[in-house]
Amino acid sequence: MSDTTRSVTIIGSGPAGLTAALYTARANLKPLLIEGLEAGGQLMMTTAVENFPGFQDGIMGPDLMAAMRGQAERFGAEVHRGNVTAVALNEHPFRITSEDGEIHTHALIIATGASARLLGLPRERQLLGHGVSTCATCDGFFFRGRPIAVVGGGDSALEEATFLTRFASHVTVIHRRDELRASMIMQDKARANPRISFEWNAEVVDIIGDGAVSAVRLRNLQTGAHKELPVDGLFVAIGHTPNTALFTGQLEMDENGYLVTSDGPKTSIPGVFACGDVQDHVYRQAITAAGSGCMAAIDAERYLAHRLGHR
Amino acid sequence: MASDKIVTLTDGNFDSDVIGNQQLTIVDFWAEWCGPCRALAPTIDALATDYAGKVKVGKLNVDENPEVTMRYMVRGIPTVLLFKGGKVVDQQVGAVDKSVLKQMVDRHM
Repeated sequence: MSDTTRSVTIIGSGPAGLTAALYTARANLKPLLIEGLEAGGQLMMTTAVENFPGFQDGIMGPDLMAAMRGQAERFGAEVHRGNVTAVALNEHPFRITSEDGEIHTHALIIATGASARLLGLPRERQLLGHGVSTCATCDGFFFRGRPIAVVGGGDSALEEATFLTRFASHVTVIHRRDELRASMIMQDKARANPRISFEWNAEVVDIIGDGAVSAVRLRNLQTGAHKELPVDGLFVAIGHTPNTALFTGQLEMDENGYLVTSDGPKTSIPGVFACGDVQDHVYRQAITAAGSGCMAAIDAERYLAHRLGHR
Repeated sequence: MASDKIVTLTDGNFDSDVIGNQQLTIVDFWAEWCGPCRALAPTIDALATDYAGKVKVGKLNVDENPEVTMRYMVRGIPTVLLFKGGKVVDQQVGAVDKSVLKQMVDRHM
């Protein structure tokens, strides 16, 4: 990374960040995009994406992201591997610190997205990679012919459960309520699958296993009864947490930590824009993230033109 | 693209290259089809360069090497295990920051 002050810097490399990079690159702003730890974002953990317009037969998530990245780079976006460790938004230009040093930028587009949430059980982190997983497409392979469980009741939980039946002997979906939040199409698919069953009104209170998961302990929320479910794997799909720790105390957030935007992608500091899942807990689609990335780019361009007399 | 400082580990050479080796060794469990593994790959390359001559860095493809994968009960990737004197002394799961892996290695130097 050069030490000159950039016009625009983008943090995050999912559909929002890469679309912002594409648009700002085409506006000749020579954007710098810092990828972050989960390069490519949540789509890197998916298989076929069937609802991104323009791909009649679907496209694999990682392939879609590689194409978006290539397209942004074709117009001069500089994509940098690395992770931002601090930002200072109370000075102008803004200061961004990563493992590789410091840069300054006149406009900042935040597209840091959201990451899978864990249950918060004591043994959960210890058994990550040894039976506890948040990524079915990464880890399903390890459970060929074995029983597993998925926690959650939304679209991603049912999608994971359905995907995992390719490998697992049986998939139990554990859900806190007696009805699902997931869309009807996902529900129908899961309910029709003979290898999927449901544990309703149940929560996971403990993960059992020495070295690797061997069972989970469930508590029925209506009766209080406990039971043990022998499984080799536990896939956690209970939603996401926005990646906003960097901005605590600097940008306005809602009670769940999502960045608050107004008038499109504008945050509480002029010149700082947010797009994608970091500011959206409602739609959370690749296409809405890409759309908001485009909006952030256009507003950043206008901001720079106004502030610096760019172009 | 992988650094030539990285050793390709297999079910066949694991015991001689890792277990029978007193040197501190980083083993990255990965697969072609795993997106986060691809994201972690440049970090593993960088570690191999940074610790050249001090720490051995190896990669093990879980698709091709089920025996070692099962032996260490690896059921998620990317998983990085740190070996010292042939035993696992530390681990990190997922695509983590380079500084996190460096801190883990430095703790055991």
